[in-house]
Amino acid sequence: MSAFGNILLGGIFHAAVLFLVAAGLQLVFGVQKIVNLACGSFYALGAYFGITFVTLALKAGMPQWTLLPLLLVAGAVMAVVGPPIERILRTVYDRDESFQLLLTFAMVLMFQDIIRFLWGANPTSLDNVQLVYGKIVAGDFIVPVYNLLVIAAAIGAAALIGLFLQRTNYGRLLRATAENRTMAEALGVNVRGIYAAVFTLGTLLGTVGGALVVPTAAASLDMAVEVVIEAFAVVVIGGLGSMAGALAGSLLVGLIRAGSLVFYPEFEILAIYLIVIGVLLLKPSGLFGKPAA
Amino acid sequence: MRRAPSVILIVAAVVALGLVPVLAPPFYANLLVPFYGYAIALLGFNLLFGYGGLLSFGHAMFLGLGAYGAAVIAGVWGIKEFEIVLIGAALAGLVVALPLGWLVVRYTGIFFGMLTLAFGMLTHSVLFKFYHLTGGDSGMRVPRMRLLGLEFAAYNKIELMAGPFYYYCLALMLIAAFLMWRIVHSPFGLHLRSLRDNAQKALYLGVRVHQFRLAAFVISAIYGAIGGAILGFRTGLADPELVYWTHSGHLVFMTVLGGFSSFLGPIIGALALTLLQDQLQSYTQYWRFVLGAILALVVIFLPRGLAGLAADVGSFLSSPRRRPGPVQLPEHSQPGVLGPGLRRDDVA
Repeated sequence: MSAFGNILLGGIFHAAVLFLVAAGLQLVFGVQKIVNLACGSFYALGAYFGITFVTLALKAGMPQWTLLPLLLVAGAVMAVVGPPIERILRTVYDRDESFQLLLTFAMVLMFQDIIRFLWGANPTSLDNVQLVYGKIVAGDFIVPVYNLLVIAAAIGAAALIGLFLQRTNYGRLLRATAENRTMAEALGVNVRGIYAAVFTLGTLLGTVGGALVVPTAAASLDMAVEVVIEAFAVVVIGGLGSMAGALAGSLLVGLIRAGSLVFYPEFEILAIYLIVIGVLLLKPSGLFGKPAA
Repeated sequence: MRRAPSVILIVAAVVALGLVPVLAPPFYANLLVPFYGYAIALLGFNLLFGYGGLLSFGHAMFLGLGAYGAAVIAGVWGIKEFEIVLIGAALAGLVVALPLGWLVVRYTGIFFGMLTLAFGMLTHSVLFKFYHLTGGDSGMRVPRMRLLGLEFAAYNKIELMAGPFYYYCLALMLIAAFLMWRIVHSPFGLHLRSLRDNAQKALYLGVRVHQFRLAAFVISAIYGAIGGAILGFRTGLADPELVYWTHSGHLVFMTVLGGFSSFLGPIIGALALTLLQDQLQSYTQYWRFVLGAILALVVIFLPRGLAGLAADVGSFLSSPRRRPGPVQLPEHSQPGVLGPGLRRDDVA
């Protein structure tokens, strides 16, 4: 029972971080119709900068309990890479989607070396901070409070994004642009501004996701390309462009990964990809996506 | 168009490649062996991408298939004839690509890319995780093989690569390119291009959409497996990195660098990237950054790749009285035009 509880919570924690990255991917795809392979690089960037930022802040005398706010700030600061990259992507908005995909792949290659240049090739981690908020122990059942806080933060982010998209004026403009760019533009929506805002928000979700994960796992150069394929699995399962789909997909992927790691490690990624292929073949629009035109 | 000068250029290029082992140090011939592997694989890849308009982001899986096929046939079964290995790899490509292609060719655009990526990663996780079968992350050894039944016992590995195997691969590439030229310029190739440009219209005219795309997928898989077998023999190893999605990205990179709207583009791209990567690696450990920057610049400013650039320069030089410089961006860069949008005269 307790083992089951630990697996469940581990899976949900993983899902929470994955949701943030996948939500960024979804947002950019939903509005700009670009599959952004660089979302994993933003995640890695957030993670590395989070480590540096927290280490410096703690050394400067910030109290330990500010860890979570510090990480959120670090993630938010790193979102500054969003606008310049959006500016580069703007050159290919009108081109074939394979060009857009390739340009983001070029970003993946470049960011990998930028990170290597700034932080070195060895994995880096933030030591002894995961337990600053204590842990909850019930028999064999142990969970750091930090993990619960991150799960709560992800739920909060999901709720905020939902409110923003559904209830605010800007959210409505955004959905209108996603629905029909030409019509929105004709009606006077500043599409260029919306694209820049959406891409920056997508970047922010990635960098914050990366920053939040570092107290529990080391940051490594491979994390960018690894998280991309998982986030990609999430959005395919959930349905491209759908936020509800990102939520359901990340829960599914997080739980399957955690479960198979315990019961049958060989099937970790295999199980996820079997589901991805099943979904693509049976219902290519995903669980929550609109049918492809 | 301009058939005569391009034939002369191609013959000159082949002669130059043939002279590399004679004139240059063995290092360079050794360096070019993977180029032949990639060139063959990309000839097939571009049938799918450039001519069929289907961007596969999991094509590295077929290179992996060829390399692992070589490891199994020569290493596990002990059949050390490279010709048999090539046939085995091609058969493996055929057997895997038939059912896979049957599933994936019903989709186009981004869904085709995602499905192939998913299958590629599925293959990667099988190779990576099933340690007892595939050696996991350390991969499987590909032993030295006989070429045309000859042992070449007097040659060490480098000499074999820089001598007999080099010419073997060069010949193989020429055969593969000739066959692909025939395929592309057959009615089948024309059907495939019509599907890329307007699938609905082609269907209306009676083109069997799925069958033609499936055939292109299978052919490209066979080319990929043969290229993979060469790579496997060269490195002596088949490892899961060959199948990882970033390797598929590199295949697309080479094709776009060379120019997917031209028949020779992929070969030019493979050569350019092989030489470039070697040079960059000797200058800096941050070669990925430079490669990424080059890829970005090519995507933005040279959508028709090096071959397109060469064609523009060629036509500019040969007709000085024409208005200077053709427009840099061809029609497929305009909104609303689907598919890579090849210009007829680029392939003829």
